Amino acid sequence: MYSLTAVTLLVVMSLALIRAFKGPTLYDRILAVNNFGTKTVLLLAIIDFIAGRPDFLDIAIVYALINFISIIAVLRFFEYAQNQTVEEEN
Amino acid sequence: MEIMLDIISWFFLVMGSFFCLTGGVGLLRFPDFYSRIHSASLTDTLGASLILIGLMFQAGWGIVSAKLIMILVFSLLAGTTASHAMAKAAHKSGLKPNAEGNNKQQSRESLSKP
Repeated sequence: MYSLTAVTLLVVMSLALIRAFKGPTLYDRILAVNNFGTKTVLLLAIIDFIAGRPDFLDIAIVYALINFISIIAVLRFFEYAQNQTVEEEN
Repeated sequence: MEIMLDIISWFFLVMGSFFCLTGGVGLLRFPDFYSRIHSASLTDTLGASLILIGLMFQAGWGIVSAKLIMILVFSLLAGTTASHAMAKAAHKSGLKPNAEGNNKQQSRESLSKP
């Protein structure tokens, strides 16, 4: 049952990667990368139970923190960057 | 008793996988950025909560459940905050909601350009 959930999460991560490559605007790509990071945290928690090693949960916590901070940092960067960059992407 | 816990845990895991899958399909198939952010953020919190609660039923009381609860609380807080920040940044940069679909119009415009 763990492997079913893990395979589903891998499928969802590949869908998010397709959206990140296709995304017409910049914010679609940021949304897809955020979704990819959240699903990575879940996959790390599942791998912890598949392998039977409790170390992976610490990595999952750290990955969730880094994911949130990096998304906010990228959004701040594009909010105060030159407006032309966003318009080119649009 | 063990079998009951296993069945409850499998139910939560399968429901969480289903919600994550619907969120991924919605992220890929919806026409607009704001509908995509709705699908991704809503099923993100629900799917993550169900999967982590299903893992908590397997882990029992202990440090593993405490770490899973930490991940769950932080994921609930951070996911909604990141979604709000993304919607606000997109709105401030002038991206209009468009139910007809941004993709088709933009692809036509990009095709008409030399």
